[in-house]
Amino acid sequence: MKLKLILNWDIALSLLLARWKQTLVAAIGVTFSITMFITLLGFMTGLNDMLDGLIINRTPHIKLYNEIQASEKQPIELSSVHKKDHNIIHSIKPSAGRLQIHNVSAIISTLKHDERVLGVAPKITAQVFYNVGAIDITGVINGIDVEAENNLYYFSHYVTSGNYIDLKNIPNSIILGKAAADKMLVKLGDIVQVTSVKGERIPLKVVGYFQSGLQDLDKVQSYASINTTQKLLGESNNYITDIQVKLKDMEQAPSLAKEFAVLFNVDAEDIQAANAQFETGTKVRTLISYSVGITLLIVAGFGIYNILNMMIYEKMDSIAILKATGFSGKDVNNIFMTISISIGLFGAIFGLFFGFLLSSFIDQIPFNTAALPTIKTYPVNYDAIYYVIGGTFALITTYFAGFFPAKKASKIDPVIIIRGK
Amino acid sequence: MDGKILEATAINKFFYNPREVHILKDINFSIRKGEFVSVVGKSGCGKSTLLYILSTMDTDFQGGLKIDGISMKGKSDAELAMVRNEKIGFVFQFHYLLNEFTVLKNVMLPALKLKKYSEQEIEHRAIEKLKIFGMDKHALKNANMISGGEKQRVAIARALINDPLIVMGDEPSGNLDKHNSQIVFDIFQKIAYEFKQTLLIVTHDPEFSAGTDRVLEMEDGRIIKQ
Repeated sequence: MKLKLILNWDIALSLLLARWKQTLVAAIGVTFSITMFITLLGFMTGLNDMLDGLIINRTPHIKLYNEIQASEKQPIELSSVHKKDHNIIHSIKPSAGRLQIHNVSAIISTLKHDERVLGVAPKITAQVFYNVGAIDITGVINGIDVEAENNLYYFSHYVTSGNYIDLKNIPNSIILGKAAADKMLVKLGDIVQVTSVKGERIPLKVVGYFQSGLQDLDKVQSYASINTTQKLLGESNNYITDIQVKLKDMEQAPSLAKEFAVLFNVDAEDIQAANAQFETGTKVRTLISYSVGITLLIVAGFGIYNILNMMIYEKMDSIAILKATGFSGKDVNNIFMTISISIGLFGAIFGLFFGFLLSSFIDQIPFNTAALPTIKTYPVNYDAIYYVIGGTFALITTYFAGFFPAKKASKIDPVIIIRGK
Repeated sequence: MDGKILEATAINKFFYNPREVHILKDINFSIRKGEFVSVVGKSGCGKSTLLYILSTMDTDFQGGLKIDGISMKGKSDAELAMVRNEKIGFVFQFHYLLNEFTVLKNVMLPALKLKKYSEQEIEHRAIEKLKIFGMDKHALKNANMISGGEKQRVAIARALINDPLIVMGDEPSGNLDKHNSQIVFDIFQKIAYEFKQTLLIVTHDPEFSAGTDRVLEMEDGRIIKQ
C-alpha cells in the first residue's frame, strides 16, 4: 500500500515537473488568491475591530439605571374607591424619583457572583458646568471606578496624556476630554472650577487628557473618580446612577437585560439595542471580504482545472500506457488528484506565508489620525482562524478543480488511444 | 509445451458506431505455454481488435476468455489491471514510453506497480532486461533522448519486466525501418527460443510471421487458418 502510494506520488511529481511552468502558474494563482484572502480579511477585520472598539469596547453590554419617567401607576389608580372607574388624567409629568439606584452594593455583589457576568463597573453621570473666566461651558463628568473601568473598558487606551491611575490616587482630580481642555485652554496640572447643577462648586486638578476618537464626545465628557463625583454632587457614598455590566457572551445581553431589569427593579439597556448599527456594519464588511477572497480562490480553482485538463490531453498516451501495463483507473485518478492537491497545498502554504508578510507590511504603514489617538499604524487582525479558513478553502477548491479532470483521466480507454496511432 | 495459457471460446464482437458491424465472428483458439504465435491478415480484418480483447483492455465482447485458466468475464477494472500488470506484457506499434522518466524507470514502472520485489531488486532486474537488448548503456537517459528503434527495444524490455505469461505485440515493427524491424524480429526470436517466452504478435509482415511457430490467419473477422 505504502509503496503503491509512493509510486503514484512519483509519477504525479514527474508529470508536475515535466510541465513545471504551467504548474508554477497554477500554484501562483492559488498563492496569490490565498495571499489576498489573508491580507484582505486581516486588514478588514482589523479595521472592523478597531471601529467597533471605538464604541463597543466602551459600551457596557448591559447598563442598569433609573430612567426619568412617569410612574406607571398614578396615585388615583391605587385608590380603592376609584378602582372600578375609568380615570382620565391629563398632563402627567415624570415623578421626582431619584436617578440613584437603590441598594447598589447588594446589586453589585449579586452581579459579581453571577457566572455569566465578566465584570461590573459602577458609574455616576453628573451634569456640570466648567467655569472658565466669565463663561460657563456645559459638560458631563463620569464618576468611575478607575480600575474596574480600565479592566473592562480599556480606559487607559484613551488617556492620551497623563496617567489614568492618578485619577484614583490624587484626590479631587479630573481627566478632561481633549477637545474640552483645548477649549478651556488648560494644561496638565492646572485647576479647573466645576459647578454642579445644584450649585456646588469644586476646584479639580487636571491629571490627564482623554481622547475617544469622537470629537463631540471629547468636547463635553470628562472623568473623575466616584468619590470626587459624589462629593461634587453632595451625595452620600452609596450614590450610584449607573451600573455597567460586561458579559462573557455579548449575545446574551438582550435576554439578561430583561432578567436584571425585573430582578433589580431598574431600567436595563442592552448593547444590541443601543448600538445595533455597528454590528450590522461589521457583518456586512466581513461578508464582503469573504466574498472577494473566496471569489479569488474559485478563479484560481478554474485555473487549476484548465491546466489539469490540458495536461490530461497532452498525457493521453502516457495514461493509456499506464493503464495497459497494469495501472487501474483508480491509480490514474489518484495520480491526477495528487497533482491537483499538491498544487493547492504548495500554493496555500506560500499563500499563507505571503499573506502574513503582506499583513505585517500593512501593519507597519503609518496611520495617524486625530480621531484615533491610540492607532499609529493600520490595524491588522492576525487571528489564526483566517489562516485556517484560507488553507482549508484552498485545499477544497483544488480538490474540486482536480476531481473532474482526474475522473476523466481515469475513464480514458487505452484501446481508443493506442488504436488511434 | 504444457497447459493452455490463453483460451478464447466463441468470441464475437460488434461495433455499433456508425452502424452495426460484426467485426469478430466466433473466434475459437488457444495458446500453449512457450508458443510463438503470430496473427496475420489484411487491414480491418479485426486482428488488432482481437488482440485488445485478449489483452483484457477491451471488455465489450461476447464469448469466453480464460487467461492462465481463469475466466476474465465479470472482473472489475482494478482486477483486470492487475492481470495485465502481472501476466501480460505489451509491445505496441508506437513505443509509448513515458518521456518524463528515464529509460530505466520506464522499464521499472510495471514492476514497481506489481511490487513483487524490492526497489533495488527491480532496478537490478530492469538492467538485466536492458542488457539482453544491449540497451543498458542508455539506462539513465531520458526516454525521449533515444532513437525510435532503441525505444522499441526498451518497450520490449518493459513488457518482459514482470516475467509475464504472455507477451502481446500489435505490429511491433510496423513503425520501424527495415534495419530496426529486423532487430526487433531477432529480439522476439531470441526471447521465444532462448527464454521460452510465450508470444502473440499481430503483424502484416509475411517475413515476420514466417519465422513463428504458428500463424493464425484472419479474414473478415474469422480465423481461416490456424
